[in-house]
Amino acid sequence: MNTAVTLCGIRMDNPVMGASGCFGYGVEFAELYDINLLGSFSFKGTTLHPRFGNPCPRIAESNSGMLNAVGLQNPGVRQVIAVELPRMKQFFHKPVMANVSGFSLDEYVQTCALLDAEEQVGWLEVNISCPNVHLGGMSFGTEPAAAAEITRAVKAVCKKPVIIKLTPNVSDIAAIASACEQAGADGISLINTLVALRIDIKTRRPVLANRTGGLSGPAILPVALAMVRKVYEAVSVPIVGMGGVSCVEDVLEMMLAGATAVQVGAANLVEPYICRDIVEDLPRAMARHGIEDLNDIIGGIQY
Amino acid sequence: MKQGNYRVLSNRLIAHATWEMVLEGDTGSLKRPGQFVNVQVPGKFLRRPLSVAAWDNATLTLIYKVVGQGTDLLTRCRPADSLNLLCGLGNGFDLSPSGQHPLLVGGGVGLPPLYQLAMDLVKAGKQPHLIMGFGSSDEIFYEDLFRRLISVTVCTVDGSAGIKGFVTQAVPPKGSDYFFACGPSPMLQALCSWLPFSGQLSLEERMGCGFGACMGCSIQTTLGSQRVCKEGPVFAKEVLIW
Repeated sequence: MNTAVTLCGIRMDNPVMGASGCFGYGVEFAELYDINLLGSFSFKGTTLHPRFGNPCPRIAESNSGMLNAVGLQNPGVRQVIAVELPRMKQFFHKPVMANVSGFSLDEYVQTCALLDAEEQVGWLEVNISCPNVHLGGMSFGTEPAAAAEITRAVKAVCKKPVIIKLTPNVSDIAAIASACEQAGADGISLINTLVALRIDIKTRRPVLANRTGGLSGPAILPVALAMVRKVYEAVSVPIVGMGGVSCVEDVLEMMLAGATAVQVGAANLVEPYICRDIVEDLPRAMARHGIEDLNDIIGGIQY
Repeated sequence: MKQGNYRVLSNRLIAHATWEMVLEGDTGSLKRPGQFVNVQVPGKFLRRPLSVAAWDNATLTLIYKVVGQGTDLLTRCRPADSLNLLCGLGNGFDLSPSGQHPLLVGGGVGLPPLYQLAMDLVKAGKQPHLIMGFGSSDEIFYEDLFRRLISVTVCTVDGSAGIKGFVTQAVPPKGSDYFFACGPSPMLQALCSWLPFSGQLSLEERMGCGFGACMGCSIQTTLGSQRVCKEGPVFAKEVLIW
């Protein structure tokens, strides 16, 4: 039985990853279990400068999901390199995925170049999709030309694989994925959260201080599967699938849709051991479904 | 932090929209009063953070107010039902900076963590005084339990019991030298300017995970950004920025 996959030339023991924004820099989960049993994880979205993010409330709930408007809180790339990565090295011994956000082409390029030079970083995951920040990454991820421009600029300064993380809040996600691929992207990851709103009926005000937030959790899994499939049919680079993945069956479904690796996001926040449990469940689930090698099912949906 | 299943021993209405639930299970991760648990509510995606009113080596007592669908679902739990908890979250109150006569101030369902705190302070030989504030007399709970331990002043906003008005209408006993508080944000802010001495305040914020992973409850302090669920929920008066 084989659970190992290869993502952009880097072998992973299994395809299961913690998703950016739901796994911090690994610290909180490493206190609970040995996170080396994961394929890898994508660390908290990092920007060139430190960011406090949005005011509270940053969190709201929905049926089978949640909204967040954290607003890319992070200590900035220099602090990540000086503090978080050395600390991570103590407890995580695999290549980590560096998630990067920015508010200008130049910020993306500088942040990616700094992280690309770090030995622990295996891949760069460039978030051109965070829907929370006014004037933020959104504009890059919603236009094929802008997405391609970011991809080209980041690729020019990185030696490591560059994976572009796409927003689902677009009319044709396949066109954007293709533009990124043509601009040199080594992989595509999707989906980020869906723009969402909750209203407090008593006050008639939005629940979130930022007004809107990003919807995640099991509610968005079917949306993610459809989009992963659509992108799989449009590009030939590997796909990192995410969006509502909460159990081992969801991982298999995401791979059948076309994902080579699968990230688990919001589920970590309510079930802190969920990534460990999924990894442990994987061989049993493969046996149950007659899967000898996980690579055999990537994109294997039958029509 | 410890995750586990806890058995409901009792779940009862103790005041207007206010419930007390006693659970049986592993309490080893509770080290200090003011720590909280994050309760999985069947049918809801996010857990509900609830403060712990008291615990011993086998049981813990939660007090919660029905404020929405999640807490309403909790009222339906019956003895022998099982609930999944993340237990022992947050930092809790530090008793060591307190003088001999600490003042405890609790507003509404901010009172629960002060109950275990009062027990621990008494055990440590201190003589705390409690000011408890409610909207109205029908919301009052645990008054007798507190009175068995320490001296108490009751305030109600509508004047239906005790002193009429907010907790700041009460007069702290002479010699009060430190305070511990938990309650709604406006009350905590008022306390910080009202009380001339130092203290610790337990904050409430909407949370995603409750264990520091999501940054959903971060606030700005003089120490920089702090997570209410992880570095908090208890903060020293001096670090809070209002």
